[in-house]
Amino acid sequence: MNHLDQLEAQSIFILREAYKKLGKLGMLWSIGKDSTVLLWLAKKAFFGHCPFPFIHVDTTYKIPEMIAYRDKVSKELSLDLIVHTNEEAIKNGMGPEQGRLVCCKALKTDALQQVVKKYEFEGLIVGVRRDEEGSRSKERVFSERNKEDKWDYSNQPPEMWDQFKTDFPKGNHIRVHPLLAWNEIDIWEYIRRENIPLIDLYFARNGERYRSLGCAPCTGKIKSNATTLDDIIEELKTTTVSERAGRAQDQEDSYAMQKLRKDGYM
Amino acid sequence: MSKNRDIMKIVVVGHVDHGKSSLIGRLLYDTNSLPEGTINKVKRIAKETGKPFEYAYLLDAFEEEQKQGITIDTTQIQFQSQIRDYVIIDAPGHKEFLKNMISGAANAEAALLIIDAKESVQEQSKRHAYILYLLGIKKVFVVLNKMDLVDYSEEVFNQVTLEMGEFLKTLGVSPLGYIPVSAFYGQNILKNSEFMSWYQGKNILSSMDSIEKERGVEEKPLRFPIQDVYKFDDRRIIAGRIEQGKLHVGDKIKIYPEGKETTVKSIEYWADRDQKSQIAAGESVGITVSDEFFNKRGEIITSGSDVPYVSNSFRANLFWMGKSPLIKGKTYKIKLTTQETEGELFEVIKTMDSSNLDCAGETAEVKINEVAEIIIKTKDLVAFDSFNDSQTTGRFVIVDGYDVAGGGIIVSDEAVVHNHFQAVFEYNGLKARGDIFEEYLYNSDTFNIEKKQNYLPVYTLGDEIEVKGESFSYPSNFDVLILRDNTAIRVRNQKITSITQLSDYKHEGYPVLNGRGFEINVKSDEEVQSFLRDWKVLSSTELLSKWVVFGKYRSIQFA
Repeated sequence: MNHLDQLEAQSIFILREAYKKLGKLGMLWSIGKDSTVLLWLAKKAFFGHCPFPFIHVDTTYKIPEMIAYRDKVSKELSLDLIVHTNEEAIKNGMGPEQGRLVCCKALKTDALQQVVKKYEFEGLIVGVRRDEEGSRSKERVFSERNKEDKWDYSNQPPEMWDQFKTDFPKGNHIRVHPLLAWNEIDIWEYIRRENIPLIDLYFARNGERYRSLGCAPCTGKIKSNATTLDDIIEELKTTTVSERAGRAQDQEDSYAMQKLRKDGYM
Repeated sequence: MSKNRDIMKIVVVGHVDHGKSSLIGRLLYDTNSLPEGTINKVKRIAKETGKPFEYAYLLDAFEEEQKQGITIDTTQIQFQSQIRDYVIIDAPGHKEFLKNMISGAANAEAALLIIDAKESVQEQSKRHAYILYLLGIKKVFVVLNKMDLVDYSEEVFNQVTLEMGEFLKTLGVSPLGYIPVSAFYGQNILKNSEFMSWYQGKNILSSMDSIEKERGVEEKPLRFPIQDVYKFDDRRIIAGRIEQGKLHVGDKIKIYPEGKETTVKSIEYWADRDQKSQIAAGESVGITVSDEFFNKRGEIITSGSDVPYVSNSFRANLFWMGKSPLIKGKTYKIKLTTQETEGELFEVIKTMDSSNLDCAGETAEVKINEVAEIIIKTKDLVAFDSFNDSQTTGRFVIVDGYDVAGGGIIVSDEAVVHNHFQAVFEYNGLKARGDIFEEYLYNSDTFNIEKKQNYLPVYTLGDEIEVKGESFSYPSNFDVLILRDNTAIRVRNQKITSITQLSDYKHEGYPVLNGRGFEINVKSDEEVQSFLRDWKVLSSTELLSKWVVFGKYRSIQFA
């Protein structure tokens, strides 16, 4: 087994544990490369079936191509897709000009909390990776959130030998992180190996491409001539710029992500 | 990166402030493994807090960790050497974060145990060494950090090496080597230090590159715990991860604890590239089998003659991380691979403070941060191996309330496993097993006849017994011959009047039963002797057919 085989096998094991041991389960699907890999792994884990709904938290500020792509793919694969927006916040004029972290909290964190409550999810599968940023590097594979969606990050329970947290009070939920051990290059090498269809925003046009996808006002492109998967993998091997450098909310505060994630951000 | 590069997972452990995170930060920095953004962020934080730049901040990502200068939780970070990829696991050194240290270390294949050369061996140095030993991590380098603070002295190096060596010897652990370094000044990290020309060994990175991967897990006996059974379409797919060994279509398999036999009909897949004729250790797979009997999560698929133990008790070495102690008389959840059952602490053989191996003496409980040798008793039968034979089926966790509170590895002592069988009758050193008081039930979901597993009392001389159950009804006077335990029991007026060896048994004209509650059709001492002779020569089916009547006292009830 090479390292992609090992990562794949471990992720499938995690998805199957979540499906067996947690009650109502949903998978966050952001249209980006990581959640697209996650969707692929779910198909493998359940032999072509997807036995839970997919959730897209739509901030209404997403890059327009992402929404078009979302609708196309979910139709093609006939996904059970839940699209949710924090309508009330939008109605009250929420946007990045109110402050990036305030906006993220309202349109992503709060919106996510609304979905969890509405559908009574006990497990949320999320495609975060340890190498993305510091607070994610400290995550458990099965990570508990309390009734207010809070993450008690300074007192996480032991997690060992693939015996994950499957006992918790009713009303709490578990964030399941099957991609925690993958890094950015692993994701791209896997997409290449498995020939997984992907949104074309990642590929360079006019000397620019997106390295990470998010909301249009807060997500910048990087300078790049990478127009193929091979190009992207080659580019990443030599870059010294971090993956989320183009994500403005991360730069707002030294501990921006920790603060957002403590309150339930993905 | 070539496609077949190995990944090696190494945990860095040791006493608080001996420089674990610093060493890792230095390794990452010197190997250019960090993106510009990460280093700039750490520099910015150092400036904001008015502290000098610390390599440790690269891993201690939480605000609390950076402000207090400690590692609270474990993290994993990747980098590459010339020969392979590494996942480096940083583990906290504070005693109160031992559970986080264990969460990190449990994932590792090898370890670097860091000791501050100036402070020498401290409490957590020893405790972490012991935890590594319990986790089965045998590939360990001892790293003497902060050599700059002792003027790169060979003498200090030798003293600390001797002290740690003596402790490790009591565990029976021999480290792969001792490496003197200064993480802060980058000495002996990527290249050998000119300040320590007396040291002839390898630097940190070369030492790490010299650790060999464990191979051959595919060649061991098959252990394939069932994770789930899917029926999404017309296939009934048994899904799980093969922990050990390999499997082909057509292989004969046995499924434990029951030991049901069948063959592999197909290996299932979704993506075309996953079509295979052989599957092996490490792979998450799905199969179908020829016999459509009921299979469920927790059962272990095996092949060949090397099969797991099946028992409701085992002896184990355990470490306890729970705030409340592990006590007798309380029901816990035991998780062993995908098996889950209720269990309890049956016996504490000994407990030790994990930092000095001092025995705590006579005790009936295991407290936080203690390690212990214990016997666990489970409600249901479980299939397992000794940790030495098979790591994944030889270890378990104990859940107390909502959290994992303990982890254990099963000791390779077959005698102990079998000595602690469930006795039904016991007197004067004689112990006899049997399921004479267990219910036989027909499961209408599986179409199988099953035994109801329940806790049963152990009867001794003078005890009154229950002669009627849902699926049995015995007379007031009868004898029981339990052949495999060489024991005979007499019941008169529903009370046990004797428990003796078989050779001392005399027939008194009352009905004779075997340990299952079936009648043995004997009417005299001669017939008993003839039955015992047959027992030695006939197969069990032949013996039962010739002598035993199933339905005289027993029936089968609907579950």
